[in-house]
Amino acid sequence: MLSKRLLIILLSIFALSVSAQDHNEHEAGGDTGHSGFDPAEVAFHHISNHNTYSIGPWNLPLPCILYAPEEGWSFFMSGVFEPVSEHHGSGRYAYKRYVLHKGIVMHVVDPSFPTDKVEVDDYDVKEETVDGKQKEVTYVKYKGKEYKLDAKSTMDGGVFGGGITSFYDFSITKNVAGMMLVALFLMWVFLSVARTYREREGKAPKGVQGFLEPLFVFIQDEVTKPFLGDKWEKYNPYLLTLFFFILGLNLFGQIPFLGGSNITGNLAVTMVLAIVTFFVVNLSGNKNYWEHIFWMPGVPTWVKSILTPVEVMSMFIKPMTLMLRLFANVVAGHIVLVIFIGLIFVFGKSGQSAGAAYGTSIVSMLLTMFMMSLEILVAFVQAYVFTILTASYLSAATEEAHH
Amino acid sequence: MDHLSVAAIGMGLVVIGAGIGIGNIGAKALESIARQPEAISDIRSNMILMAALVEGTALIAIILAFLLG
Repeated sequence: MLSKRLLIILLSIFALSVSAQDHNEHEAGGDTGHSGFDPAEVAFHHISNHNTYSIGPWNLPLPCILYAPEEGWSFFMSGVFEPVSEHHGSGRYAYKRYVLHKGIVMHVVDPSFPTDKVEVDDYDVKEETVDGKQKEVTYVKYKGKEYKLDAKSTMDGGVFGGGITSFYDFSITKNVAGMMLVALFLMWVFLSVARTYREREGKAPKGVQGFLEPLFVFIQDEVTKPFLGDKWEKYNPYLLTLFFFILGLNLFGQIPFLGGSNITGNLAVTMVLAIVTFFVVNLSGNKNYWEHIFWMPGVPTWVKSILTPVEVMSMFIKPMTLMLRLFANVVAGHIVLVIFIGLIFVFGKSGQSAGAAYGTSIVSMLLTMFMMSLEILVAFVQAYVFTILTASYLSAATEEAHH
Repeated sequence: MDHLSVAAIGMGLVVIGAGIGIGNIGAKALESIARQPEAISDIRSNMILMAALVEGTALIAIILAFLLG
């Protein structure tokens, strides 16, 4: 009874707050200028990859490895920019024509900009039309003059608004650092568990062993063996590595106050995982698998001319869906968390009404805690789904003919 | 209508479709588990697999809506 009443109260508060938000937007005339709080912008800032590792008010420096075709390689720590946390981690200094804007390294295009360490005044983002497309262009102000900034080169061919620019970024960013930490942690855990197995042979599992063994046996018995039959021993290490690596990255991203890493919510990371799966599946494909893609047995020739392109396309679509599924699930979770926290600032009108902010923070904390427990479930389910789908593609690729 | 509203409507339609699909999967899986409780582990893993496939198409559509909108 109590829980039902609590639910009603929560729902009514939520409904009230939604209508209040509506009201606010009408008052402001739909204006989302720089003065107000923009939840979408904050969410996208928090899920993106950065060149500094920010924990609370501290910005830990990370190594920058940058290459500009005109200036050559530059190696330095991102601490040289002296980022300020009040400005979303924008740097106070420019160094070698590089600046740090909202935690991301950008390059000054103008060659008249000094190459040594100089203090910059401010940053500005403007909407501009480039080649008939609306684009956000960032400027840095230095000694009363505005200089245009280039974002790093991306290999997306302009699909996501990127492209080849004046410099390339090979830095150890927040995501790379997080990935290294997770890999080292997993190595340490598994090596120590392996040692425990050797020492305690024939005895009951103990400590971390007791947590990992059910997961390990679950993947081995429920995923690898049913899908791969008598070839399971060959692919078991790959599938288990995938599962534990993705699970580790997902759970690492769920730890609050630890920089909010969003590693599996980065398209590049999931793309590499999907490409590895693509190669493993197609390189282990047998004659039967290729026959079913290019020249299916027992199908009329005119149907083959339709089916073959479809099958070839599906060869590439399968890893693409793997990539997008993991990415979208993790990103959605992170965005929802940031938006729930952002509700405090929306209703508190960015600090103008403290009462509303305190009130909302209770609701928002409950919602956030609920979402985080849901996200832990999602972390497990997505790691499992990635593994089980890889196993099913592998089983299709290695199946022997039975007709 | 501008790009954004068309993309938003598209995303809404995608979510309806995926919701119906995953709902059907869940309903049928529960029904099968009720009929044959001993097959729960097989049914559960297949259910998750099917839900993942349905979700995959929905996610592709949503990402396309993001890109075009």
